[in-house]
Amino acid sequence: MSADSPVLQVEDLRIAFREGAAERAAVHGIGFSVAAGETLAIVGESGCGKSLTAFALLGLLPGNARARGRVRLEDHDILGLQGEAMRRLRGARIAMIFQEPMTALNPVLTVGAQIVEAIREHDAVSAAEARARAGALLARVRIPDPERRFVEYPHQLSGGMRQRVMIAMALACSPAVLVADEPTTALDVTVQAEILDLIDDLRRETGMAVVLITHDLGLVAEHADRVLVMYAGRAVETGSAASLFATPRHPYTRGLIAARPRIGSGARQRLAEIPGQVPSLGAVPRGCAFAPRCPAAGAPCRETLPLLEAAGAAAERVACLRWKDLHAPEQSPVSLDA
Amino acid sequence: MAGVLTLPATGPRRVGLLARLARRPSACIGLVLLGLVAGAGLAAPVLFPGDPLDMVGAPLQWPGTDPAFPLGTDMLGRDIAAGIAHGARISLMIGAVATLVALVIGVGIGAAAGYYGGHIEAALMRLTELFQTIPPFLFTLAIVAVLQPSIPTIVLAIGLTGWPALARLVRAEVLRLRDGELVQSSIVIGASDARIIGLHILPNVLAPVIVSASILVANAILTESSLAFLGLGDPNVVSWGAMVGAGREVIRTDWFVAAAPGLAIVAAVLALNLLGDGLNDALDLKRELR
Amino acid sequence: MLQSNPLYRSTPELKAKPLLAVEDLAVHYRTARGTSRAVDGISLEIHQSETLGLVGESGCGKSTLGRAILRLVEPSRGSIRLDGRELVGLSQTALRGERRRLQMVFQDSGAALDPRWTVGQLIEEPLRVHGIGSLAERRARVARLLADVGLPADAAARYPHAFSGGQRQRIGLARAIALEPDLVVCDEPVSALDVSIQAQILNLLHDLQARRGVAFLFISHDLSVVEHVSDRVAVMYLGRIVEIAAREALWRAPAHPYTRKLLAAVPSLERRGRRAGRGIDHHDTLPSPYSPPSGCHFHPRCPMAVERCRAEVPSLRVTSGAGHRVACHLA
Repeated sequence: MSADSPVLQVEDLRIAFREGAAERAAVHGIGFSVAAGETLAIVGESGCGKSLTAFALLGLLPGNARARGRVRLEDHDILGLQGEAMRRLRGARIAMIFQEPMTALNPVLTVGAQIVEAIREHDAVSAAEARARAGALLARVRIPDPERRFVEYPHQLSGGMRQRVMIAMALACSPAVLVADEPTTALDVTVQAEILDLIDDLRRETGMAVVLITHDLGLVAEHADRVLVMYAGRAVETGSAASLFATPRHPYTRGLIAARPRIGSGARQRLAEIPGQVPSLGAVPRGCAFAPRCPAAGAPCRETLPLLEAAGAAAERVACLRWKDLHAPEQSPVSLDA
Repeated sequence: MAGVLTLPATGPRRVGLLARLARRPSACIGLVLLGLVAGAGLAAPVLFPGDPLDMVGAPLQWPGTDPAFPLGTDMLGRDIAAGIAHGARISLMIGAVATLVALVIGVGIGAAAGYYGGHIEAALMRLTELFQTIPPFLFTLAIVAVLQPSIPTIVLAIGLTGWPALARLVRAEVLRLRDGELVQSSIVIGASDARIIGLHILPNVLAPVIVSASILVANAILTESSLAFLGLGDPNVVSWGAMVGAGREVIRTDWFVAAAPGLAIVAAVLALNLLGDGLNDALDLKRELR
Repeated sequence: MLQSNPLYRSTPELKAKPLLAVEDLAVHYRTARGTSRAVDGISLEIHQSETLGLVGESGCGKSTLGRAILRLVEPSRGSIRLDGRELVGLSQTALRGERRRLQMVFQDSGAALDPRWTVGQLIEEPLRVHGIGSLAERRARVARLLADVGLPADAAARYPHAFSGGQRQRIGLARAIALEPDLVVCDEPVSALDVSIQAQILNLLHDLQARRGVAFLFISHDLSVVEHVSDRVAVMYLGRIVEIAAREALWRAPAHPYTRKLLAAVPSLERRGRRAGRGIDHHDTLPSPYSPPSGCHFHPRCPMAVERCRAEVPSLRVTSGAGHRVACHLA
């Protein structure tokens, strides 16, 4: 598959929760695509809808949530696929790893048995062959002493090892897309680095596409090719990771970058903070959802909903009425300090 | 700002509790049934003045034959309706007081064991287990038989068998909080043990205790009826259990004599169990907050 | 913008008397699996108006150390002196008086705040416990504290669950500073918060220190946060401090291999892909505190380890410059 034809394409994805007769929208029409061998990061703070988006890709939304729009995986429209049809794709063509692997692993089965099961779920191979493949997978996710780990139970493993087992299970049938939902949030920082480096290496080796859901801009900068920044259920900025961090255009992206404490930033000082709170699901303001917290917001921002528009040479797009003013080089940059 | 600090913490919640209970159909039925039983008990001296143990009419009149005795009379000519109404007073009173006894002992022992841990906990829990190994009804029976049947001894006996389950429940809940940040944050500001237990721990373990208490009241009513049925009730007051016991002899011919007080027992126990279920949901603080 | 106590930072040797002096503090838990050495002989000092950062990965004992300093867990040995007064061995009753000077902020203020109390009652409680002021005075003080932590005055009448995580952390802070303590132990105070909210709380801590001169022991697993807020940083590994240094010195010249590993693992916006010094490490788990490795606890994961590291426990010794100490045979 060539790099420009995406393996996963999402168009106008909308997710809403049923509440009695009414519906409460949580994701308001986002779109993105991922090519083979590419990592797309979806980044945002809690409640922005990034995890819901991930769950929707695999048809794993909770019962009271409904997704509309289009999700195209290779040559199939997969949004709304039910039962057997979705199950065949899940694991085989699209796989997911979660923040807390313990909740996704079966505590009463050995690690090896679970990987064997994942393989035989989709491929009709003999038990012996499945076992051999499972052993090879454990080695491939760099679990030391794979023969011993094969017969251990999940609770005997550390968090990092469990996440490796989850990755091995996800890789069992060489999926085209791996969705990683905050895969390292529960892990220590040294382990986090190793897990994400591992995912990078596997992506390069197999050519699978990775959708990385995270709140950590540092992980995005280190591991993603392209980025989608979400705020309150909408995409506010998207583009290549390199250009997004070099010239962030949306005030929210700029605020997030400035609010991050950095090592070696000189004397102790205050951070640039984004005032206020993330709006709750039912209380997203009219116009631009970020306007109440935005230092650059004007009256139009509170009225008109900004749409994603092209900004810059490549595929950069931003949803802000004022990005041109903020970005004009001759103007003094708007300070985001409160 | 004015009056902020004197705002009662439980004020707004209490109003909400009834409203939350009312939203649950089973709890509503429980509340109504309990209301009827309690109403009958409260109204008994007005509706049926005089001693319900007096013989007031011809024996064994079927319900409906004499408008003066809507539920008929028993084989000694006592008014069954009067007996049920007065019996409600006794049953509810014994249930409530016995539960109170169990609560005082159980919450005290459970809280001390859970909070202090170590040897105190070990000693108190062994004591609790000792009480739990004795079959509760036989234990109650033995106490009443030894101390002579009277209302105070019956209350004491039922209370003494009811507390171990409460103590274990309270200990488990206190343990859950004991090492949590709520208690640590109170220790850090310098609060005394009494303050921490009384103001921060017990109010937060109250919900399951209230639920258990409603079931305990039901159990106490059943136990008292059983004692009375076996002839170990207080002979000077009317009791549903004793009425069923008396009706037993004529159950083939005049079954209503036993059935009427029996239904009263069922109603009271069912009401308390339904209410307990409803309280269990309504007091769930986490669910309420979300 | 006021920097915290510039006097101390320019001339550390002049500041002879530390606010808090911890010496050879140990917390050992005896369980069915054996003895866990959660904190294993730690010495450190915190000076007035200073922030000491304490960083380490989960299970390294940093939270236990923080709680031991507050005597929320009993130390097995060692000494904790607050302004020269020994806290170890003090009865809980005697300790209650000292607690005015030593407070704590928890990671999850949602769990630390009684859900049945209003915010006003919660902030007033420490004042009430210590019998400070009349009701009216306490009420005025609560209003001032709310303003200090950036909450509206009408917050006092509401319950904690009506607030977001960041706001609850502000309530926890108001409660902690109500008694005007000299030292506040902050245990992962921003770990559960979003980046934009985290910055608000870190700034608030910064402002409170500038205004009140309070000292912080700031415990976190996040090196970039610790590095941002601290005057000095202590790195902990498996119950021991492996390196302690002024913040600049720590990132400019990290001396312990573990510190270097931590620094290499911190994600940064400036770089892409795997970084040098971040090789493949098969020991991505901390060894069990029940059976720690011999000698230097870090030697099984250390790329530089030699025979001596397996045999001999390295002591925390001065390497270079003011107060930069490291526990490594090779540094």
